[in-house]
Amino acid sequence: MATKNILLTGVGGQGTILAAKMLTIGLMETGYDVKMSEIHGMSQRGGDVISQVRYSKETVYSPVIEKGTADIIVSFEKMEALRCLDYIKADGTVVVNSEEIPSMSVMTGAEEYAPDVIEEIQKTVKKVVVIDASKMAEDLGNVKAANVILLGALVKAMGLDDIDWETIIRNNVKEKFIDLNLKAFKVGMDTVK
Amino acid sequence: MKKLLTGDEAIARGAYEAGVRHAAAYPGTPSTEILENIAKYDEIYAEWAPNEKVAMESAIGASMAGARSMASMKHVGVNVAADPLMTFAYMGVNGGSVIVTADEPGMFSSQNEQDNRNYAKMGKFPMLEPANSQDCLDMVKAAYEMSEEYNVIFMIRMVTRVCHSKSLVEVGARKDVPVKTWAPDPMKYVALPAHSRILRVQIEDRTKRLAEASEKSPFNFAEINGTKIGVIASGASYFYAKEVFGEDASYLKLGFTNPLPANMIKDFCGKMDKVYIVEEDDPYIEEFCKTLGLEVHGKDTFPSYGEMTPDVLRKSLTGETLPEVQYDHDKVIKRPPTLCAGCPHRGLFYRLGKRKDIMISGDIGCYTLAAGAPYNAMNSTVCMGASISVGHGAQQVFNRAGVKRKVVTVLGDSTFFHTGVESLINTVYNNSNTINIILDNRITGMTGHQQNPGTGFTVKMEPSHIINIEELVKAIGIKHVKVIDPNDLKAVDAALDEFMDLDEPSVIITRWPCVLKKFSEADLEEWPGLFKTKDVVDTDKCIGCKKCQQTGCPALLFDKDAKKVHIDRANCVGCDVCAQVCPTKAIVKEEK
Repeated sequence: MATKNILLTGVGGQGTILAAKMLTIGLMETGYDVKMSEIHGMSQRGGDVISQVRYSKETVYSPVIEKGTADIIVSFEKMEALRCLDYIKADGTVVVNSEEIPSMSVMTGAEEYAPDVIEEIQKTVKKVVVIDASKMAEDLGNVKAANVILLGALVKAMGLDDIDWETIIRNNVKEKFIDLNLKAFKVGMDTVK
Repeated sequence: MKKLLTGDEAIARGAYEAGVRHAAAYPGTPSTEILENIAKYDEIYAEWAPNEKVAMESAIGASMAGARSMASMKHVGVNVAADPLMTFAYMGVNGGSVIVTADEPGMFSSQNEQDNRNYAKMGKFPMLEPANSQDCLDMVKAAYEMSEEYNVIFMIRMVTRVCHSKSLVEVGARKDVPVKTWAPDPMKYVALPAHSRILRVQIEDRTKRLAEASEKSPFNFAEINGTKIGVIASGASYFYAKEVFGEDASYLKLGFTNPLPANMIKDFCGKMDKVYIVEEDDPYIEEFCKTLGLEVHGKDTFPSYGEMTPDVLRKSLTGETLPEVQYDHDKVIKRPPTLCAGCPHRGLFYRLGKRKDIMISGDIGCYTLAAGAPYNAMNSTVCMGASISVGHGAQQVFNRAGVKRKVVTVLGDSTFFHTGVESLINTVYNNSNTINIILDNRITGMTGHQQNPGTGFTVKMEPSHIINIEELVKAIGIKHVKVIDPNDLKAVDAALDEFMDLDEPSVIITRWPCVLKKFSEADLEEWPGLFKTKDVVDTDKCIGCKKCQQTGCPALLFDKDAKKVHIDRANCVGCDVCAQVCPTKAIVKEEK
């Protein structure tokens, strides 16, 4: 099989790293060769965070994805999807959380957060799944579960539903958050047809 | 059993399996997680040293005493450790010894892009370069065996992508390696010129034997697929090259890269019509090939700097990258890292940036972000600990040239312990009059909260003595010392005003914990109710002047329609810096 490329992106503190970790565990346990690269710059809150995951039944060489080759981008914040959009393949899928997190330059008024970020993504890529994951997570009782909702959407979109995600979630989140995250995962799966 | 590990985790696992007993390091991205993971093994004694030189020397002592030892650090840390390293390379080991350097092609979080492979060449010690996590584990284990066989420290040269990428690793059991006997051996351990002259001659023979080992090493191997194009690569570059050159090219993957295997390289090049060298940072392998008289292509084709990722290689070879979707890039906002809400550096830099009659000599830490807007409160940053001594040098010139400009130096607690202490001794000894600010946030912040000599805990979270910075600077001879709460802007101004016209050196210690820190019992005792309050904007009083936003706090949002500022409740920790700046007293404590 050709190597599959998944790019997860978000803002520091959104839980992208935990989602990427559970994803790679699931892929590894299924027998794929997996490589993942994470660059989070200065270990600082508020900057952008990118996790790149590549997997195949054959050997995966580079841990980094080339621009124009991502099968899917899962973005935990809508502007970050736009920032990374040049990684997507022409027929790739973008799963985007509609949450808007202003950066310092926006908060001080030096830059404007464009109102049509989602529209720009939809104009550029055919397969776009827009999810209000933060709102859905809040409805489940904790906004922090948004990352697992997005993981659920990613799993469905990539056709990875056969993997035993329930066990992986049970083993990787704090005990008191297991039920919440299992529900979140299911909600996420249901967002993708 | 296979595990998915980062390169750093695999180095730690390799140290465990190789029977290492002693490991020392100073934190530095991307090497920090090596010691953090080693510290999880009860069988290995681990320590954060105040700097890389001390870590290296600790590892040298452990090797002399007969244990397998490791020192790990980022690339610029090796500059600090280079003094003991260069001489230890002459002496040889008792217990096997390894230094891990984490280089940063592309400079994700570093001040330069130096290629530490040159250290191995200059120091005449052997070096291995892993390309993925399995290499990391295998090479660490092999390095200890060879370190003892050839009586020399080994360097393992990592790069960011190897440190921070995960791949599958076959893990095994720990080998029990007993502590060897120590016996006095002045010829070996006392680096007198008379001894070193003899060792210097012996190094030539050792290098010859190591070159033979490199020729036979399983870490250097050829994959012959065709004879048109051959690619010689080391480290992460090998996998990038395989993505771009594909299955038709032949490869010579080099993992044992000092000494390089001359015969193997000549043999490989002799079979190929055209040979490319793919390596990150300097043309280290390329220049070696050219000394062998081989015609190879390296930096004439690929960039001299940055990572050699597949897109970079493809562009260099074909002039184009893969096709990308087209969209409006102007819509993408910048998202640089910022000082956190509640960061104790904010109040200080907000006030410091307002002063125009000073030069601010900065250092390496989260607080380097103060160089940018809205603070614009840092005029120089060179390397760890440089703030105090660079500032002293500048102050001497200002004073002697009759320039009325006070130098204020700024560095963090961990950076002060790293190499700031000697600089402050210099300032006192040479009768300087700089103001030196030590940002004591009770932790090593930027690298992700490592303990240091001021925090009261070791890397294994065992309690330890807390070095009191105030007492330390007084012992050095600083007579003017103030310990202040940096969130109290009046206290910041008062301390600066008091020390501004002194003819003697002074120290201001801003003591307040990092907002992201896991607070110790001592912290909670010193600061009861720490970060438990919230501030709120009285919108009737807010005039929308945005003065509060000049403090750069990410919890302050400006509502353009209402022309009012709001405080993000989830983010605010009630530090009150914004409240002190507000001209209409519109920001108040939230009532419980």
